[in-house]
Amino acid sequence: MLDMALTTGVMHVTVGNVAMWLIGLFFIYLAIRKNYEPLLLIPIGFGILIVNLPLTFLMEQGRGLLWRFYHYGLEWEIIPPLIFLGLGAMTDFGPMIANPKTLILGAGAQFGVYVAFFGALILGFNVREACSIGIIGGADGPTTIYTTVRLSPHLLGATAIAAYSYMSLVPIIQPPIMRFLTTEKERKIVMKQLRPVSKREKILFPLVTVMVICLIVPASAPLMAMFMLGNLFKECGGVRRLSDAAANELMNIVTILLGISVGATMSAEHFLKLQVICVFVMGIVAFAFSTAAGILLAKFMNLFSTEKINPLIGSAGVSAVPMAARVSQAMGSEADPKNFLLMHAMGPNVAGVIGTVVAAGVFIALAG
Amino acid sequence: MDNLTFGLSLIVVGMGGTLLSLYILTLLMNLLKKFFPYGKENENKEKSREEHRDD
Repeated sequence: MLDMALTTGVMHVTVGNVAMWLIGLFFIYLAIRKNYEPLLLIPIGFGILIVNLPLTFLMEQGRGLLWRFYHYGLEWEIIPPLIFLGLGAMTDFGPMIANPKTLILGAGAQFGVYVAFFGALILGFNVREACSIGIIGGADGPTTIYTTVRLSPHLLGATAIAAYSYMSLVPIIQPPIMRFLTTEKERKIVMKQLRPVSKREKILFPLVTVMVICLIVPASAPLMAMFMLGNLFKECGGVRRLSDAAANELMNIVTILLGISVGATMSAEHFLKLQVICVFVMGIVAFAFSTAAGILLAKFMNLFSTEKINPLIGSAGVSAVPMAARVSQAMGSEADPKNFLLMHAMGPNVAGVIGTVVAAGVFIALAG
Repeated sequence: MDNLTFGLSLIVVGMGGTLLSLYILTLLMNLLKKFFPYGKENENKEKSREEHRDD
């Protein structure tokens, strides 16, 4: 009778397992009830829940179902580039092409990545771990996952959850920093309407970008190439089916696999550690510094520019598309209801994605 | 080289590299605007439409 009982999972449940069930259920609750990144948090929460059921061996090397998803999807670096293909097919670079200065804001907002990286080094993490923690500041989930899998896979669950949690908390984290660093007068700056962008510019943009970025930072090629391929599908107009497939069906499938694979890495023995709390703390530091750097850079650019930039759009340089741009819009219209910043903020927002990929490429090249 | 020294150099190279890459892209975007302005493209489209009408 006892032997039979021992074959059930019930007899092997630990306190750690129960804690992880609660964490998994909490993520599912946040996703369903609060609508925090539901596309990711539901599969992640579910993955956490099932991987912490004893004797299921879902993550057993070479045999477990979730291990296969994780191994072939993430360790083989298939899923994040496919996510980028879909993102490219969904992204309109028009606002950024119309105002190329916003690319600089997207680069400036990567400052938090390096601050968190250095902070993590001071806290005692090694260089590869610090890179994975720093990249959270880019507020780009797939890039965080890609970098972590390459550099410190044991931190994957923590960095991925931190990135997606903070991305969904953008409307809470950013506004106080934005208010603190800008004056009422600056928040009221009305920007000139964006110029129309020609079709040829939009088609040439992904081709030029992939060549420039991959020549300068070759390690960013897997993500950048797929990102720009997706965008070329969208803009060329000749492959509507491929563009739609990348942006919809493929994107949905890889999102499921990504979420459940990330959740599956969060077993009690890997997740319930002091190190994970440090990752979360450094993640929010990274986020705050990225937001601040974007705003301060916009203010700095205003010193030399005749066409003033509303500094609120600088904070959109953290990737979190389109949430960060929406926050800029909300803050701008709070200061002046007639001020519409959304399209202006989309420039640094999508530039931030490129900036984060470049930062990740530098980390992988130098620390990988 | 210890971790912190390496970290500092990585910050300089990383931030510099990110800014440089995106600055180069900015310059290229300006060139694209110069070579393929919106108005000209539209004029060409209009012309080709008119030619089709003539046919």
